[in-house]
Amino acid sequence: MSNEEIKEIISSTLPSATYDETGEWLNVIIDSKDWKKIAAECRNGALQMDFLFCLTCVDWKTHLTMVYHLTSTKHRHNIVVKANLDHAMPEIETVCDIWRTAEFHEREVFEMFGVNFLNHPDLRKLILEDDFKGFPLRKDFEDPINMIKL
Amino acid sequence: MYNQTEIIKDTTNLGPEGELIINMGPQHPATHGVLHLVVTLNGETIKKIEPHLGYIHRSIEKMCESLTYRQFIYVTSRMDYLSSHINNLGCALLIEKGMQIEVPERAKYIRVILSELTRIASHELWLGAMAMDLGAFTPFFYTFREREMITEIMEETCGARLTMNYIVPGGLMYDIHPDFQKKVKAFIKQFKEKVTEFEDLVTNNIIFQSRTKGIGILSAEDAISFGCTGPVARASGVSCDIRKLYPYDVYDKVEFDEIIETAGDSFARYIVRVKEMNQSIRIIEQLIDCIPEGEFVGKTKNVLKLPKGEFYTRVETARGEFGVFIVSEGGTNPYRIKFRSPGFSNLSALNHMAAGSKIGDLMATMGTLDLVIPDIDR
Repeated sequence: MSNEEIKEIISSTLPSATYDETGEWLNVIIDSKDWKKIAAECRNGALQMDFLFCLTCVDWKTHLTMVYHLTSTKHRHNIVVKANLDHAMPEIETVCDIWRTAEFHEREVFEMFGVNFLNHPDLRKLILEDDFKGFPLRKDFEDPINMIKL
Repeated sequence: MYNQTEIIKDTTNLGPEGELIINMGPQHPATHGVLHLVVTLNGETIKKIEPHLGYIHRSIEKMCESLTYRQFIYVTSRMDYLSSHINNLGCALLIEKGMQIEVPERAKYIRVILSELTRIASHELWLGAMAMDLGAFTPFFYTFREREMITEIMEETCGARLTMNYIVPGGLMYDIHPDFQKKVKAFIKQFKEKVTEFEDLVTNNIIFQSRTKGIGILSAEDAISFGCTGPVARASGVSCDIRKLYPYDVYDKVEFDEIIETAGDSFARYIVRVKEMNQSIRIIEQLIDCIPEGEFVGKTKNVLKLPKGEFYTRVETARGEFGVFIVSEGGTNPYRIKFRSPGFSNLSALNHMAAGSKIGDLMATMGTLDLVIPDIDR
């Protein structure tokens, strides 16, 4: 499917979505509240985006951005969905009932960036220790003991 | 992550069906690394598996944010140490794509040959270790005999046996050893003679078959949903070989088959890897005699600066799809870097695959996932 067709399908579900085609793949920028709706449409609708191959977050100091890389194993098209989150209270709906791989990836983003995934079945720390304080992958994280600055 | 003492407290609180919680790991001979599985059992039947990670978490993603584009490649060798060449290649490809660096043909050929040698070495180690987990000790010596030949080739050409760091943006660090082609050919000859030994010892072994057939079944839909890639997904009938779908370097010039099995059980995953080794040999045979003469590294600036933007590349490691995602602000360091490691996603399917089976079968299921712990923890 071409980018124009993908845009059309997404715009019919969510007219407020904006697009950025400067990168390798089509970037769809959405409001974080609409993510669940768009996710279900991408997975089950005509796009058939059944493979969430990368889920991560970027700290822009003023806000956080969730980045979801989606592909379709049937049509072989890729899109990147981005949603900006508030820096003080980042919250977004979980998608682990749509793509089950999201369960682990969201737990990782939760402990590294402090993003709260609403309705996640088991939102605990995965890699870090339970009593670890702070969110290590945020830009303002400081650890004078364990972090070596080059 | 639980503290050990908390879990011991938990086991005294038995559930109504005689629920028992067992800690497998962090130090367990079958996990081949520090992976901690909290297994909830009912009798001998697994009810739930909870992996606890992070025993060798080094926060490589954070570390890379303070390293330059030339430096961070060396850290990636320490993630999936059995596919270190291919990890390096993924990062080098991303920088070459972002900066439009021309890579000489000679370097491309050598990179693919080394990637395939790495894949064979990784699968050999997996085969020996996995057979050992299931109680067969002899295959371990057989596979390590061939693997030793590969590590010797690596040592001569790259100067290291495990973490090679031989691939740099633009090509290779230095040219191959004069004996490289001769030694690789000798390896191919020996491998072809000896590969039947694995078939006799393991594949056709009735004990091995009965321990792996029908164990740890993963359907194609679940494999995609859990983000499984590599031999794990291909054994479930999912076509996901990055070398075929998005060819890089000279993979579009060579002929090879993508191995796909449909059973989705441990035996299918075993078969996929064994057949993949033969395909790797096929790729190397096509390339080894026609490595073009010329430069081994393209012209690059001393200080690499990736243009502002977002970049993603993927390569096929021995375990599956390895992705590198870099957000660049135009400086000498990446602003944010994310490694999509295949082991992390493959591990997330373990609970689904093993729930309902016996604890003894967990070894077969986990063994055929081919987990490398530093790759999962990063």
